Amino acid sequence: MKILVLLKKVPDTGLTLQVKPDGSDIVRDNITYVINPYDEFAIEEALKIKEKLGDVETVAISVGDEGAKEQIRTALAMGLDRGILVKVDGFWDLDGYTTAMMLKDVIEKEGFDLILTGKMAVDDYNSQVPAYIAEFFNIPQATYIVKLELDGNTAKVERELETGMEEWEVPLPAILTCEKGLNEPRYPSLRGIMQAKKKPIDVVEPSFTPSEAIKKVKLAPPPEKAPGKIIDKEFPENVKELIRLLREEAKVL
Amino acid sequence: MANILVFIETKKDEIREFSLEALNTARKIADASGGKVYALLVGKTDGFDDTLAHYGADVVYKVTDERLSNYLTVPYAKAVKAAMDKAGASVFLLSATSLGKDLAPRVAAKFGVPMVSDLTGLEYKDGKFEIVKPLYAGKVYGTFELSAEPAIISLRPKIFEKGEPDTSRSASSEELTVDLTDDDFRAKVVEVKEKETGEIDVTEADIIVSGGRGVKGPEGFELLRQLIDVLNKAGVGKVALGASRVAVDSGWIDHSHQVGQTGKVVAPKLYMAFGISGAIQHLAGMRTSKVIVAVNKDPEAPIFKVADYGLVEDLFKVVPEMIKELKEIYKVE
Ligand SMILES: Cc1cc2nc3c(=O)[nH]c(=O)nc-3n(C[C@H](O)[C@H](O)[C@H](O)COP(=O)(O)OP(=O)(O)OC[C@H]3O[C@@H](n4cnc5c(N)ncnc54)[C@H](O)[C@@H]3O)c2cc1C
Ligand SMILES: Nc1ncnc2c1ncn2[C@@H]1O[C@H](COP(=O)(O)O)[C@@H](O)[C@H]1O
Repeated sequence: MKILVLLKKVPDTGLTLQVKPDGSDIVRDNITYVINPYDEFAIEEALKIKEKLGDVETVAISVGDEGAKEQIRTALAMGLDRGILVKVDGFWDLDGYTTAMMLKDVIEKEGFDLILTGKMAVDDYNSQVPAYIAEFFNIPQATYIVKLELDGNTAKVERELETGMEEWEVPLPAILTCEKGLNEPRYPSLRGIMQAKKKPIDVVEPSFTPSEAIKKVKLAPPPEKAPGKIIDKEFPENVKELIRLLREEAKVL
Repeated sequence: MANILVFIETKKDEIREFSLEALNTARKIADASGGKVYALLVGKTDGFDDTLAHYGADVVYKVTDERLSNYLTVPYAKAVKAAMDKAGASVFLLSATSLGKDLAPRVAAKFGVPMVSDLTGLEYKDGKFEIVKPLYAGKVYGTFELSAEPAIISLRPKIFEKGEPDTSRSASSEELTVDLTDDDFRAKVVEVKEKETGEIDVTEADIIVSGGRGVKGPEGFELLRQLIDVLNKAGVGKVALGASRVAVDSGWIDHSHQVGQTGKVVAPKLYMAFGISGAIQHLAGMRTSKVIVAVNKDPEAPIFKVADYGLVEDLFKVVPEMIKELKEIYKVE
């Protein structure tokens, strides 16, 4: 069995970000990058399947710049077998369609039984790439999975939606997108880190030129909010005042 | 001229409000461009014509098919494609719900075009869209120009107005047949477990009462549930229980309540944070709320930076007092 895991390099989620004065991008000096948190669930799930079934090859694939090798290397240190970097400078400006088109050739060449991805990248909040890939390869997709059980050639999954839970059965080959709750991603062990140094990361150039249908006009900080009020009265007057303000000023109660 | 197709999501025999937001947005674009608005219903299609007309549809397309009573990506994407072709639509609009985010990119892939997700701003000018979308968990807002044809767009729920229904409007309706094969049903729905009635999801709520580490345990959430109960009885809107990641990871409450970067993105009219510090990943999920209240013992807590109203106070004093006060005002038990 062969599992491909798609992962994206994203800015560390704990950082405060600044926009460049000309609005062309965020300030990228001194930014630390991590694996997109949802992609860690995909990595972990691939490893769990491998531990259970034994004969499984796991490959990490990322569209990213040279630096994204570091995130791929982390995935290898967690335990994936090898990595492929589709190398593009300024990859963070790519739209979901372009990213998927850049992954297409590599995925086709590799072949797969299962593709695991995150439910979305936390930099673009898109949730697009997996569905494009599913359509390109004419395979079923199941998104937001919080439970996965492989039964022969069928993936039994639980999907977490805002309206409730759904159980789906999806025959392989398929693409599944991982939601928090699926598993607890492991940390790379010291041994894993040593081993990862010897695992191969192939670098390929994309053959697809980025689409120009989505043009960046500018980036800006979030809209300013008027400074709030700290209600400076003694208890319980402050609670009464809060409720009064919510009713009379904000008109939300 | 932009003909626009809007996907209409239904739940328990009702149209989801978010679909009406998309429909009203489509109406405005169509009015400006001289196009028509087509609403698409798949699966359960009976009894919605009037509402859809009142909120802006000119034509209601219906794909009535037993096999589509539950959502499935592949056949639904095919239905959308068929409806787009039939309507000669150059725009596909829907709400970025779980379903919308699953469906839209699959449709975009069928057309081989890039799409834009989860927008908070949308304007149609000179045959192009100018869109606004939060990036990096809302730390940055991006403005982009979308010229893809068709333009495939999902809107963040609760940001766009659904407007007032215009009861003088009517719409024609048409059954659509979609050519579906067994192959389209490779993925199967085995079971749908809808939320228990009474339990409102944070993404659907008008008001969210949210707890963090400061509530100290499951009992703290029971206290917040009492507040929710009173608000529900007061009839001030749909009220849901939210939580920070610490509260979820401590096992005090289910992950489905988590707000934030690895939880849900919400935009209620009122978000009340009790014992939540306001870490950047939490803000990512709730900063687009219209009014934010923070109750925290620590005056330095970053949550106060985004709060419209703040109380520097022990939540275990504040919540019971709020319950008492609200009971008096709204005359509920
Ligand atoms: C990749 C990643 C993703 C994340 N995603 C999310 C996410 O989706 N959602 C999320 O919430 N977090 C997320 N986090 C975690 C986030 O960084 C914070 O750790 C978390 O939000 C803190 O939760 P908290 O505010 O409940 O706890 P704390 O930060 O510990 O704050 C507790 C607050 O309660 C106050 N308090 C204590 N007792 C009382 C009392 N009796 N009355 C009033 N106030 C009191 C304290 O003053 C304090 O400010 C993520 C982190 C990472 C790294
Ligand atoms: N540049 C990329 N390289 C590899 N995988 C990606 C990339 N961008 C997105 N993905 C995958 O697609 C998922 C959804 O991303 P997105 O569509 O950008 O929200 C991510 O969680 C990744 O698994």
